[in-house]
Amino acid sequence: MTLIYLITILAMAVFLGFELITKVPATLHTPLMSGSNAISGITIVGAVGILLTHLTTNEVGVVPFILAAVALFFATINVVGGFVVSNRMLQKFKGRK
Amino acid sequence: MDYQALFDAKEVVVGLLYLISAIFFVVGIKNLSKPKTAPRGNMLGAAGMFIAFVTAFLDFGIHIGPGVIEVTFDYWYILVAAIGLGAVIGVWSALGVKMTGMPQMVAIFNGFGGGASLLVAGVFYQFELETTSASELAIPMLVATVLSGLIGAVTFSGSLIAYGKLQGLKIIPGKPVSYKGDLAVKLILLVAALTLGIIMLLNPGMIGWYWFIVAAGIILGVLLVIGIGGADMPVVISLLNSYSGLAAAATGFVLGNIVLIIAGSLVGASGLILTMIMCKAMNRSLVNVLFGGFGGDSASSGESADSMYEGKITQTSSEEVAMVLESARRVVFVPGYGMAVARAATPVRQLSEALEKAGVEVAFGIHPVAGRMPGHMNVLLAEESIPYDKLLDLDSVNPTFKQTDVVIVIGANDVVNPSARDEHSPISGMPILDVDQAQTCVVIKRSLSPGFAGIPNPLFAKDNTLMLFGDGKKMMEELVKEYKEL
Repeated sequence: MTLIYLITILAMAVFLGFELITKVPATLHTPLMSGSNAISGITIVGAVGILLTHLTTNEVGVVPFILAAVALFFATINVVGGFVVSNRMLQKFKGRK
Repeated sequence: MDYQALFDAKEVVVGLLYLISAIFFVVGIKNLSKPKTAPRGNMLGAAGMFIAFVTAFLDFGIHIGPGVIEVTFDYWYILVAAIGLGAVIGVWSALGVKMTGMPQMVAIFNGFGGGASLLVAGVFYQFELETTSASELAIPMLVATVLSGLIGAVTFSGSLIAYGKLQGLKIIPGKPVSYKGDLAVKLILLVAALTLGIIMLLNPGMIGWYWFIVAAGIILGVLLVIGIGGADMPVVISLLNSYSGLAAAATGFVLGNIVLIIAGSLVGASGLILTMIMCKAMNRSLVNVLFGGFGGDSASSGESADSMYEGKITQTSSEEVAMVLESARRVVFVPGYGMAVARAATPVRQLSEALEKAGVEVAFGIHPVAGRMPGHMNVLLAEESIPYDKLLDLDSVNPTFKQTDVVIVIGANDVVNPSARDEHSPISGMPILDVDQAQTCVVIKRSLSPGFAGIPNPLFAKDNTLMLFGDGKKMMEELVKEYKEL
């Protein structure tokens, strides 16, 4: 995809992010942060990508291969841990009303 | 079979699925803006992530070339092992963490995200070098690789240090580490990292430069966070949160993947807003937080603690406080992180319930930096099932102090320090909770020792302030007992 399209998407997403986040009240800032933290683990897509692509060409050697597996491991902790911990906190907010 | 048409169709399907997952993220964050819809928002985010994850297999696992359709899943056990291990560790730590330990948990998850981004960008770069000649690599992709490596590395090491500090690990000093010329060292390191980046752009054939940039980023992350004191941790965590998003977005540019760019920039924006809110709550600029080194050294200016407090401290007992509460119509609790450390949240809730039962209006005044990360105090009180509509932020609680009979300050200090109104004070201009405007202010504290800012608090010496010295939990429990016996 051409660079300019990607930059356009970036700019729009940043604006959208600002609009969305300014509406979140202070009460929910911690779960927001752990949830968005989990979203930043989207690199998991890239980690899966490089691992699968590696497998077809496998002429790169073992070190990058291990690094890619570590990346996938890290990203999974980030994603799974982030969503689970947010959910735990948000259940507490439901509590008594 | 028309393989070209099949290839095009796959590209469209993959693109649409990524778009759908990005929409899930956006709608998810939108739902996070209300406590009622927030659990659903989190679920939508997780669903979006699952869609993106599955799409990645479709995207990279199925290759359609002229005359062939290839499915690569040869070393599936490596993927399963990495994902399985990561998921188990993620769930295990997320379920085990205490609410007081949330800031360090978020910090370390952040670090893993940053680490993953830098590894993905680096491995992809090496992979490109094997298949494409170095001179054909696009400059924007190389620039993004440099940024991903640098930001990812700073996020990774900075988050680990933040984790160590917040967790109280012995190997990492809790107090800010400062030495002569530390600012210069940080700047030189940053310039060095960027110079390495330029060298890499000029010699794209050498993967080694990339790992030098990563090394510089890792050292930079350590130095940046190790110089920061406990009071500034909320800012640092927010900033690292933002960085982890930016690193993911940069990796998106490396791979040319839109969902990484969208999700990464959403998180980048989110972390940046929270950083600004935290800075505003302490009336400090981001530059000052990052390079300041405030929160360890004692203040030189202003009145000394001894002369401020001498003969003016009114000590009280739980019995006396219970009697004051007896005649109150409106009571506001002002909790700080000290309340959580003393495990005093339960008796605080019990007292608030007893007061409400007696017809007293009860509220909680929450300063933005009352906890150790944005919104932390709200989570700590939510754990005690204190209804969230009783938790008032700075702007809504401050106008009510004049009509408040009793304020109970527990485990908080700097955020109720009236010196912030004095232009000569080190915390001058910091927004505070105006608890001194209430009829009576009860401060529960072990001693007269200063808070993070290291300055004495004239609130303690005021005529309408009663000091209840002792352990937060013990004092609150006594107070609950005395009040109920009245």
